Amino acid sequence: MSDPLVQVAGLSVDFVTRHGVVHAVRDVGLTVRQGECLAVVGESGSGKSVTARALLGLAGATARVRAGTLSFEGRDLRGLGTREWRRLRGRRIGYVLQDALTSLDPLRRVGDEVAEPLEVHGLATRDDLDDQVIGLLAEAGIPDPEARYLQFPHELSGGLRQRALIASAIAARPSLLIADEPTTALDVTVQAQVLDLLDARRRAGTAVLLISHDLAVVARLADRVSILYAGLVVEEGPAEDLLSSPAHPYAAELLAAVPSVDGPVLEPGALRPAPAAEPGCPYASRCALADDRCRAELPPLVSYAVPYGPGRAVRCFHPGEDPPRPAARRGAAPVRGPERAVVSVRGVTKRFRSSGGAWRTAVDGVSFELREGEALGLVGESGSGKSTTARIVLAEIAPDAGEVLLDGEAWSGLRERRRRLRRSRVQLVDQDPLSSFDPRFTVERVIGEALPRGTPAVRDRVAELLGEVGLGPEILRRLPAQLSGGQRQRVAIARALAPGPEVIVCDEPVSALDVTVQARILALLSRLRRESGVSLLFISHDVGVVRQVCDRVAVMKDGALVEIGDVETVLGAPRAPYTRALLAAVPRIGVPRIDVSRIDAGGRAVDAEPAMDLKGPT
Amino acid sequence: MTAPTAVPYDPVRAAEVRARAPRHGLPRPGVLLAVAFFTLVCAAAAFPGLFAHAPDQVDPAAALLGPRAGHPFGTDQLGRDVFARVVYGARPSLLVGAGSTLLAGVAGSAWGLLGALGGRVVGEVAMRAADVLLSFPGILMALLVVAVLGPGTRNALLAITLALAPGFARVVRVQAMVVRGSPYVRAAVNLGLTPARILVRHIVPNVVAPLLILATINVGTAIIAGASLSFLGLGPQPPDPEWGAMLAQARDYLDAAWTLALFPGAAITLTVMSATVAGRALQARYEGRDSR
Repeated sequence: MSDPLVQVAGLSVDFVTRHGVVHAVRDVGLTVRQGECLAVVGESGSGKSVTARALLGLAGATARVRAGTLSFEGRDLRGLGTREWRRLRGRRIGYVLQDALTSLDPLRRVGDEVAEPLEVHGLATRDDLDDQVIGLLAEAGIPDPEARYLQFPHELSGGLRQRALIASAIAARPSLLIADEPTTALDVTVQAQVLDLLDARRRAGTAVLLISHDLAVVARLADRVSILYAGLVVEEGPAEDLLSSPAHPYAAELLAAVPSVDGPVLEPGALRPAPAAEPGCPYASRCALADDRCRAELPPLVSYAVPYGPGRAVRCFHPGEDPPRPAARRGAAPVRGPERAVVSVRGVTKRFRSSGGAWRTAVDGVSFELREGEALGLVGESGSGKSTTARIVLAEIAPDAGEVLLDGEAWSGLRERRRRLRRSRVQLVDQDPLSSFDPRFTVERVIGEALPRGTPAVRDRVAELLGEVGLGPEILRRLPAQLSGGQRQRVAIARALAPGPEVIVCDEPVSALDVTVQARILALLSRLRRESGVSLLFISHDVGVVRQVCDRVAVMKDGALVEIGDVETVLGAPRAPYTRALLAAVPRIGVPRIDVSRIDAGGRAVDAEPAMDLKGPT
Repeated sequence: MTAPTAVPYDPVRAAEVRARAPRHGLPRPGVLLAVAFFTLVCAAAAFPGLFAHAPDQVDPAAALLGPRAGHPFGTDQLGRDVFARVVYGARPSLLVGAGSTLLAGVAGSAWGLLGALGGRVVGEVAMRAADVLLSFPGILMALLVVAVLGPGTRNALLAITLALAPGFARVVRVQAMVVRGSPYVRAAVNLGLTPARILVRHIVPNVVAPLLILATINVGTAIIAGASLSFLGLGPQPPDPEWGAMLAQARDYLDAAWTLALFPGAAITLTVMSATVAGRALQARYEGRDSR
């Protein structure tokens, strides 16, 4: 194979802040060859995006970038001036960002946006510019490019916007495409199409540097994977090898945390505090294998040809040792006999008037029952009516037709004055917990307000609830803004539990969280349901997440319910064509890391050990 | 009179930014200076006797003197000590400025809350009324009110209150609508809290907190409006010392003693500047920005 297109060694990026120097990237090395996709994986704050931006010369004015080697197409990029960087960007290196709506200028037509790199780098004449742009849009898989060419970003769907962004990134035929979380905001079906598009570019010989936190996405596209933790490469190697047999305990944790459609449902280990500072291995504080040596000195990045095959390197003193394995358990509580329906949704329809004056049916004749103590998943793409259904169940909006019953009594039809007394029985856990807390309230007040009126010893009860969700009493006096994303979601769950509800509606409760945090929140929800017997209406676009938590699943498309049934049945043998399409689009990791002996004939994990305690840091 | 801010303020975002950005150390020297000066003016307004005596003592023999020992700011056409009059003038100036802002803030808040939460008809009526009042320049509005009610400190205060209140109402309405639609109010509704409780516990505090800061900035504007009214002879009546009235009187003696206009003019300018600078700094700090 030819020389590597990108060669980076000893890359360090520091940010000087008021509170001292932050080492965002430490001694990172990577190579990308033509026609190859390297994925850089890590959770938020691991330094993956900073690494990408350093390659583009966009690390920022406050960043101190140092590198032993930083070369691209054989050129040394160290000490390049602003003007030279600019000539490289867009021309030789294309950059695709996560959020296509904010990355595209809202006042410019899509065609102009795509044409810009061609014009700036003088790659097109005025005559053939339009043809080239339309060709690019078509190449990016945008249907009817002649019409789209003249549209504005807000007129395009999320998937089309992302494609337009990719079209502009590849316009100048760069030899390297850097894609920073290119599919994170997209529905699975759209995500699959965008990944296919990136894959096509790779096959055409473009090198792709994929930045992602989602191992399933990575598995679909990457040839090689580099896993970052706290700014350090902790493991790297060929994608297939690494994902099937991760050697670093963090890689193993990441992989185990991915909720899968077909693997066993796992309970992750106990929560551990955030990574400690130097000098030891940054992962030591979270690692089950860590010993004194790990805490005292930083392990070097060592190549292991044996037993892992060529190209593997791990930064660990205990590579490949099995950490105490998270307990496999069944996905759901056993389905009991005919049960009482807590919530009955009967033929509910809701229409909204769009800005154009036309009526749009958001929810169309939906009926289902949520039984006592069960978790019902509601999956579908954005715009399928999931959240509107949730709002109707919460009686935030009234259905145009049909009704919702709570415990067999009127609910949606009640007047607000009468319904208010029963509102505490249906609670909500939202996607964005921060904005659902009054910014002036401390955690204690947030949860205290949700307790039934006249509760004695409010503080003790709040502390108790915090304990149930794995948080200590030390956060009682904190403001929600001072908590991490995972802590906020735990506080939101504690608040939802506070009034002792029969039903908790979870609207995308984990979609804004890192995969390892997500796994813990899901496990928490499952455990709380088992212990308190509360029913969950669990809304998510992520089939894997739903499978992790739910007994039954309902699939929605265009406002209608297309399929409902037992989660393993629906996901294992989907009947509706749409469910099949949805499942086919879910990216999955080729060889799930599961111990086959633990799986029974039905493909479900055997309940081998009792669930691990999730009470949080000890 | 300018509307304090056009963009609705997002309490959740601001709280997050505040939580991330730790307390800065001391404010910049300019801000410190402004705060110190404003404090001094407030002290003069509260306890003028600490700084000077006898602002109304007439001494025709010593009329229209320049600054000198015994009369640091000189004397006016009746031989009264200008320094004493500037010190004693702080009270009516601040009373009109701060008092009208306070009243306008309270009235405007109620008005704006009504506009946001009072239902479609009441809300529309309230806000269209605000539009009508805002379509007049503020000073014209104030003049109109004084013309009807007659001159005097109290009436000037009421006039400026009426001129300022619709601006507050607009800001409060937008802010209240943002807060009303926020997920934390949604959460409170889902907990079964009564509307009155939600209003008192969640909506009002989150609307009013940022408003207090805007009010500080508005004090400067109100002081200018008050001084303008007294310049026209519609504020406090002679012989009471007031900065705007002193300026008006100084007009006739500019040839003889130009310093007569300098000191009350400087008092107005510096007070307004210090109130505005301090208010902006407070706002920036609350929103977690650097003041600039």
